[in-house]
Amino acid sequence: MASQVVNLRVNERSREFLAAPGTSLLSSLRDTLGLTAAKRGCAQGGCGTCTVLLDGRAVMSCLVAVQTVDGASVRTLEGVARDGALDEVQSAFLEGFATQCGFCTPGMIMAAEALLDRNPDPTRDEVVEAISGNVCRCTGYGPIVDAILDAAARRAKA
Amino acid sequence: MAKLRGRGYASVNYPTGMNLGGDPSQALIHATTTGTFVVSLSSVDLGQGLKTVVAQCAAETLGLPVENILVDTADTDTGPHCMGTFASRGTHRVGNAVIMAAAEAREVMLAVAAEELEVDAGDLETDGTGFVQVTGAREKRIHITDLALAAHFTHGRTISGRGIFLKEKNDPVPETGEMDPDSCQAHACTVAVVEVDDETGVVEVLRMHNAYEIGRALNPAMVAQQVEGGAWMGMSHALFEATEPYYPARDHGPTDFNEYLMPGAADIPEYHNAILERPAGNGPFGAKGIGEMTANAPIPAIANAIFDACGVRLDTMPFTPERVLRGLDELRADRSPTKE
Amino acid sequence: MSYKTNPIDRTYFPDEPAQDFTVIGSVVRRSDALGHVTGRTAFFEDISPPDLLHLKTHRSARHHARILDVDLTAALAVPGVVRVLTHADIPNNVFTPLKLIGVEPDDEPVLAEGKVRYLGEPICAVVAETEAAAREAAARVRVEYEDLPAVFDVEEALAEGAPIVNEYHGNNYFTYEGHHCRRIRFGDVEAAFAAADHVFQWRYQSAPIEHAPTETTGCIVVPQPDGRLRIHSDTQACFFTLDNTALILGTPFNKLRIVGGTVGGGFGGKVDIAVEPVACVAATLTGQPVKYVYSRYEEMQVSSPRAAERIYIKDAVMADGRVTGRRVTLYVDAGAYSRHSPYGTTKAAAHLPGPYSIPNVWADCHCVFTNRTPSSAMRGFGVTIADFALESQMDRIARALGMDPLRLRLLNAYRDGDLKAHRKVAEGTALVEVIQKAARMVGHELPEEYLRMSSMDRRER
Repeated sequence: MASQVVNLRVNERSREFLAAPGTSLLSSLRDTLGLTAAKRGCAQGGCGTCTVLLDGRAVMSCLVAVQTVDGASVRTLEGVARDGALDEVQSAFLEGFATQCGFCTPGMIMAAEALLDRNPDPTRDEVVEAISGNVCRCTGYGPIVDAILDAAARRAKA
Repeated sequence: MAKLRGRGYASVNYPTGMNLGGDPSQALIHATTTGTFVVSLSSVDLGQGLKTVVAQCAAETLGLPVENILVDTADTDTGPHCMGTFASRGTHRVGNAVIMAAAEAREVMLAVAAEELEVDAGDLETDGTGFVQVTGAREKRIHITDLALAAHFTHGRTISGRGIFLKEKNDPVPETGEMDPDSCQAHACTVAVVEVDDETGVVEVLRMHNAYEIGRALNPAMVAQQVEGGAWMGMSHALFEATEPYYPARDHGPTDFNEYLMPGAADIPEYHNAILERPAGNGPFGAKGIGEMTANAPIPAIANAIFDACGVRLDTMPFTPERVLRGLDELRADRSPTKE
Repeated sequence: MSYKTNPIDRTYFPDEPAQDFTVIGSVVRRSDALGHVTGRTAFFEDISPPDLLHLKTHRSARHHARILDVDLTAALAVPGVVRVLTHADIPNNVFTPLKLIGVEPDDEPVLAEGKVRYLGEPICAVVAETEAAAREAAARVRVEYEDLPAVFDVEEALAEGAPIVNEYHGNNYFTYEGHHCRRIRFGDVEAAFAAADHVFQWRYQSAPIEHAPTETTGCIVVPQPDGRLRIHSDTQACFFTLDNTALILGTPFNKLRIVGGTVGGGFGGKVDIAVEPVACVAATLTGQPVKYVYSRYEEMQVSSPRAAERIYIKDAVMADGRVTGRRVTLYVDAGAYSRHSPYGTTKAAAHLPGPYSIPNVWADCHCVFTNRTPSSAMRGFGVTIADFALESQMDRIARALGMDPLRLRLLNAYRDGDLKAHRKVAEGTALVEVIQKAARMVGHELPEEYLRMSSMDRRER
């Protein structure tokens, strides 16, 4: 099988690149496009550190063969801040001490973005469910859940 | 079939530092001409917040805002030696080294300020916002940026400092175990409240109350991060984790996050935490290292709570539903609920 | 947004001098958090140097076996494979990380030489142009084994006639200055048992536990214009890794440079010298940058876990609850190699008998070799599992005596001026106070005399 040209709209910018068969969306973002916010924690869909938005839905980008999503729209953590300002989720994580080592943070924030995009006023249980595929080994999750609820409140006020 | 509730206690101490081979860390600090101080280290931040806490130590010592501090770590070409981040030594060793370096730099800073302001260095103080001033006389002052420029271009001085903390090598006496491995001890008492489902064997931790004595809380929010994150890890160790679930058999080892079980966001208990401060004489501003110990007391507290709930004494970790159910079966077999 | 802080209760140590800090004791925002929430924090794997090669390891499929033959033919035939490294390519193949502080002997090969001692032990390293090629070629290495008897249980390993796990030690235990274990001898524990109203003995056991950091262990080694190697690593200890790597490479220390300091979770799992030496050899031999990162499987099953421990505690207890003697036999399952376990076992010994003043203490702490993944440091090294055993023991004693478990602890709590079993005089103690505080937090009532106790007030025992 030959490599194939793939077109993606990544963070509102058109990107065209060559991908070998089986190349993951995560690898394309990190290794081809230099967008390293999404992390490789396991490369098998078990940890959520590679979570990005694919046509608005949160996906584990390590499990998506990039050739199968030609033409799709992708949002990564690099594309979350607007006009140089942090968005509500980022601010809530920053001010709420919801980060320690920071390796799960990009995936957590993208899972939260997907949740708040479709459900601006989630319950605590809905937040818990939204990040249930994302592993954090440092925080014990509490501050992360709190930050996402806080982000929803901030967004409602904005 | 019922859900049985129980409460368990555990109290522990934990050493800061573990030296058997000589345990030093160094720090260098210098002011650039912008009035920013660069702290050069080779120390590693694992996420516990070392970069932040050493910046606080430098800022406090220099009498400057924390925004004036940059921490440059960890490049072995540019950072002086550090043993590494382990044994709860980072805050203690590196914090002390940074304080020593910053104190030396502060002395030069005040000496240059004394010349600029034409006063005695002993009459100067820092105001914490970036100025050096004559004690009690706000009108006679100079900003750190002007000071740093003057030091470089007028006085030919480097505002810099060197710091090291060394806990000397200590070898245990083989016959008795006499040794001096650590620098200080932190303390904790955890009370866990659990519910045991006597049909499924599942243990749910409802609440954890944690009282810690940590010397000095250098950054209370980061202390809270350690206490809560550690309590979660302790609960996880207690109830779920094993790379060899049927140890010493090597079989059934989990290979990924789908098989290696840990509690998720849905499983976290209510936490009630409190901090006591008894500053350690040898700690940076009295601080002891607490990042490691926070997973320790929860494990026996949960074991003891399970016994309190259902009479099953689990002496083997982790406390899986299988072990709880086997324990309950044994109890039912001999009908002696407080058997020890 | 309200960040969490825990209430600081200043009623317990009121005499500590109040200090007027401006930055210390304040909630200062984490200096790394902005990078974390924007995805700009640079972890070691976030660089992609041009011409990067990938390294993957072929690992032992046996617990304990002689290696009769290693056939690389199929591996070398995989398109994209640049070379395959074996032990013969590693200048000083046998090492032990704590040699830097004088621990002997060297007991672990970087790549297996003649035999394997645990399932997953690295045998050879494939270097290839793509990760996929490296992985495929590593899977195609063929190793012919002759199985040897393996031992997995710490007490079986110490029994006579057990198969020897690690010939560099000659015994299945680490030798501490001529002794088969790290010992604590304080007072006369046998006399305490003879005089005790009760003697209690129980056994505790844990299983190996994985650090499970979200970022796996790894490094990227980049050859520099001046001939040096720049190592981007998630090590927890930069100079420790540099020094050990230089010793293994047989190269001057200043030929290496480690760049790190930002780690996606460590918990003690990233102080082994796991990936840097072989990646440096590969980069030297190929003249190209080399990346060696553990897969999640490797992190889970091959990287050092927290050691499994087996602990027997025998206590002499008086009817009033005083623990007058404690005898501890501890077995730390080091797996096949020392790594940091000799040190962790000593740390465990220093921790005994827990935060209590017990006048007679005897401990034998064994660092035992078995045919499993070598264990090493983890958060609470040497102490976490001991605390599980010690505090379960205290609970069981309290129940056996029909005593309040907190009063039992307060009665025995160590205080300033007490001599600990390792002959260190206690200072800055606060066990009494954290127990009193916890009791208050949950409404556990204590009699007045227990509330009046103080760590600063050392009564006669």
